Amino acid sequence: MPTFEVHGKCYAVDEDGFLEEPTLWNEDVAKDFAESEAIADLSPDHWKVINYIRNYYLQFGIAPMIRKVCKETGFKLNEIYKLFPSGPAKGACKLAGLPKPTGCV
Amino acid sequence: MADGSNGKPKTELLDQLEKGPWPSFVKEIKSACETSDAPKDLLGQLELSYKEKKGHWKHGGLVGVLGYGGGVIGRYSDIPEQFPKVAHFHTMRINHPAGWFYTSDALRTICDIWERHGSGLTNMHGSTGDIILLGTTTDQLEPTFQELANAGFDLGGSGSDLRTPSCCVGQARCEWACYDTMKLCYDLTMNYQDELHRPAFAYKFKIKMAGCPNDCVASIARADCSVIGTWKDDIQVDEGEVAKYAAGGLDIQKEVCSLCPSKCMEWDGKKLAIENHECVRCMHCINVMPKALRPGKERGAVVLLGAKAPIMQGALLSSVLIPFVPADEIEETLKELFTRIWEFWDEYGRSRERVGELIQRVGMSAFLEGIGLDPAPEMVSAPRDNPYIYFQNVEGGDK
Ligand code: HEM
Ligand code: HEM
Ligand code: SF4
Ligand code: SF4
Repeated sequence: MPTFEVHGKCYAVDEDGFLEEPTLWNEDVAKDFAESEAIADLSPDHWKVINYIRNYYLQFGIAPMIRKVCKETGFKLNEIYKLFPSGPAKGACKLAGLPKPTGCV
Repeated sequence: MADGSNGKPKTELLDQLEKGPWPSFVKEIKSACETSDAPKDLLGQLELSYKEKKGHWKHGGLVGVLGYGGGVIGRYSDIPEQFPKVAHFHTMRINHPAGWFYTSDALRTICDIWERHGSGLTNMHGSTGDIILLGTTTDQLEPTFQELANAGFDLGGSGSDLRTPSCCVGQARCEWACYDTMKLCYDLTMNYQDELHRPAFAYKFKIKMAGCPNDCVASIARADCSVIGTWKDDIQVDEGEVAKYAAGGLDIQKEVCSLCPSKCMEWDGKKLAIENHECVRCMHCINVMPKALRPGKERGAVVLLGAKAPIMQGALLSSVLIPFVPADEIEETLKELFTRIWEFWDEYGRSRERVGELIQRVGMSAFLEGIGLDPAPEMVSAPRDNPYIYFQNVEGGDK
């Protein structure tokens, strides 16, 4: 199994860098993973998106649809891409510690 | 893994597919071994799959380039120790030029880039239309993308976005094209770059454009929105050419008239008569006598909606949404239509529900009302045969 090493810590991840064990998530995980998704610093706007996705996942067991993310956080899709350059699925969900989104990508 | 004596993998099963007259994909992959190491492991893994009768790719894969949410399909081998060169084997979708017309310069450019960064293997083309660059590693995605972009190529679509639109060759090479499919395809692709690169829908959405009802891109079966050329006035008839077909031995009564689905043609041995108001524009007579018959002069397109493959609720062909749009209004009409459809889909679509399924679930009348279109007889092949008709409560009405 691949691992992701950062700041002296070591995370078990899948090939795409998603946390293998979503329950191990905490805020430090998001901070540690940020750089790998081309994000220098996590701003309050980043946290708004991450926390929304994280809480939705804890409640419903899946990632929210993108239009829900936009509606609930108030960010337009292009603003989400400004915050997370690799996009809501690869970027934001990864930082929120969700399992990898699947389907016909 | 078991190497053959020549350093290439032993591929006894695959080798059989080098025999026979059809161009062999095994030969192609073997020749790609000259420029990259990946094809060798691909052959090895494929041979194993042939033996075991099962795939050896892991489930899913999520990779991409910065700024985009689609365009790259991540893929990993489930036996990377055995086949390290295909441990990563991602696919890049590159938006093709409308109608798939290339200069050899353009193709050489793509080949050079792909030889430097990928396996050298391609699919020309994916079913949706994209140029498929088959097999590279995660760290090569950005550099490949940069080089392609500098050469004027962009990624195509994937995921819950607008997929790469495609069209038939249309007016470039076909006398039956009722509108400029290539221009429409290009214009829509450019207009919806955001929707294409950044998945924002409940699920995928495809647009395909055919210049006439022959539908050479199979738009009616493979696109959520199918735009199919047609005409409103009379079929253009060249009597002299009809006579030549007859003189040349074509049995016009048998081969044309009696096969006309609406039985609206007659041939008395001298003159071909067409009752155009009965004609359903099936193309048959025009297909049989291309020199004598042509689509009419008042041209445009039918817009159809909803085609999809079986998952989840069963396969669908697109059905008529707008019976006729004049050629010079198609683009404008589609843009307005997409705005409304996507808004409705956004509001009511479930996660991973295609537009066709949404219509099945909420009903055509609710959908039409949602997007502000009036029902028309052309939308159905037959009226409903059950009496479970829903009436809206009208104010002041009888409850
Ligand atoms: C619990 C309440 C009811 C349920 C769940 C129910 C269910 C159904 C169903 C599923 C059908 C078939 C529909 C179709 O296949 O298209 C049907 C048809 C029918 N139901 Fe009911 N029904 C109920 C009450 C009633 C009552 C109270 C009556 C009249 C006293 C009634 C009379 C009929 C008749 C006559 C048909 C046949 C209509 C036709 O053949 O066109 N139903 N019902
Ligand atoms: C809970 C009790 C009942 C249920 C669930 C029920 C359900 C149905 C269903 C599903 C049908 C066939 C619909 C179709 O496929 O076309 C039907 C037909 C019919 N039912 Fe009932 N029914 C019930 C009670 C009754 C009662 C009490 C009567 C009479 C007072 C009745 C009279 C009829 C008649 C006349 C038909 C049409 C038969 C035909 O045209 O072939 N049903 N019922
Ligand atoms: S769909 Fe019609 S217009 Fe387009 S290439 Fe085929 S025959 Fe020609
Ligand atoms: S296009 Fe089809 S329906 Fe129309 S006249 Fe020709 S054969 Fe008949």
